[in-house]
Amino acid sequence: MKLKRKDLLGLEELSREEIELILDTAIPMKELFTRTVKKVPTLRGKTVVILFYEPSTRTRVSFELAAKRLSADTVNISTSASSVVKGESLIDTAKTIQALGADFIVIRHPNSGAPHILSKYVSCSVINAGDGMHEHPTQGLLDLFTIREKKGRIEGLKVGIVGDILHSRVARSNIWGLKKMGAEVYVIGPATLIPKDIESLEVKVYYKIEDVIDKLDVINILRIQRERQKEHLFPSLEEYSEIFGVNFEKLKKARKDLLIMHPGPMNRGVEISGDVADSKNSTILEQVTNGVAVRMAVLYLLSGGGEIETST
Amino acid sequence: MNKNIISDKNEISRIIKRLSAEILEDLKGSKDLVLIGIRTKGVYIAKRIRKEIEKQEKRKVPLGILDITLYRDDIERITEHPKAKETIIDFNIENKDIVLVDDVIWTGRTVRAAIDEIMDFGRPRRIKLCVLVDRGERELPIEPNYVGKKVVLRKNEWVEVYLKETDGMDGIVILSKRR
Repeated sequence: MKLKRKDLLGLEELSREEIELILDTAIPMKELFTRTVKKVPTLRGKTVVILFYEPSTRTRVSFELAAKRLSADTVNISTSASSVVKGESLIDTAKTIQALGADFIVIRHPNSGAPHILSKYVSCSVINAGDGMHEHPTQGLLDLFTIREKKGRIEGLKVGIVGDILHSRVARSNIWGLKKMGAEVYVIGPATLIPKDIESLEVKVYYKIEDVIDKLDVINILRIQRERQKEHLFPSLEEYSEIFGVNFEKLKKARKDLLIMHPGPMNRGVEISGDVADSKNSTILEQVTNGVAVRMAVLYLLSGGGEIETST
Repeated sequence: MNKNIISDKNEISRIIKRLSAEILEDLKGSKDLVLIGIRTKGVYIAKRIRKEIEKQEKRKVPLGILDITLYRDDIERITEHPKAKETIIDFNIENKDIVLVDDVIWTGRTVRAAIDEIMDFGRPRRIKLCVLVDRGERELPIEPNYVGKKVVLRKNEWVEVYLKETDGMDGIVILSKRR
């Protein structure tokens, strides 16, 4: 069984079978976390370079732990301390990293499509850890994994995504993944933050949480980026919070087993109230744990690829 | 393709009884015994041995399931990755007598991976190896302690263990390509 590709760039291009293979492979990876020795020798001798052009803690640490638990070596490059500030181009940086012997490049970049360009210039595997407003495939996969683990299935579930859909790569990866796995997707947010052509993705659009909350099995609450306010896309954080902030008042008519998710980092009291974030329906911290397992599965499935068949 | 059944259902059940007796004799009882089956068929064989031992000893014997995929030495070389599945060892193996169970031993590489994985769970007193079929041609210095049946194969032959749980019937079969 194999992913039919060298790189993981987005969920848009993955088939349902490939997504299922990744989710299934993440199960034994998660089992490792319960052992005293949480490390397996699978990727011994491999090198994973983590190249981040944007600040990030959890995704970077998550990839680093995933690689280390598979016994790969990891190198972190943050662009503020590298030759990128000296004006080196993305492609030259990537070729240099490859020449240093990397087997994987995990890249986060502010421009949509940067990982795709990179993948054409290097022979090592490229993993997109978030590109601009485009995709964040491993976040989409870990959300799918968490939903499947908690609900036992994804097919037929009604999943709401609340917040800034327009600028969110998490939303886009989630929508692609959920649709391929047979879920119904509802997006909820201010009209200014919902892309005009969103219905072409066959999702339903709502402008008020209360209008749809009673239908939902899962609600995924996106982080509101404070910088968007300066672009006048919403009047104030207070007003956003008033209408789209998820609190117990708005969840009154929700199903008792509603699963509450958030990709982090949270703005408590803005898009999610503290008591909702800490409630028993919230799976936010498990999402973080599952992120490591899913990223291990991706690294494992993209590795290798020689020609010799398996023997006993 | 030729199919030659060398052991039928009844013989397999006699082999399981004999292997269980050998284990008990060698370990002088089942006090510290735990069985660990290697996925997939080793698990079913381990379960049969456990049933036999529990019947004789009148006590429960813990059984673990080992998936060695993440410990393989050929991940680099194979095109199709074997699907990794869960390892389930939900008991302490510290100072235990582990009997590792598999259907066929050939190169010994699977057993090497299994031993490495078990060591990550703790430090057992000893690890013994039990196989239904030994087809020889080892590539590593690893030998089983309890062997159901030894087979010697020609170049165009290979051996398979069929189990009711996975194949609908029990049998040890030598398959060969017609030349």
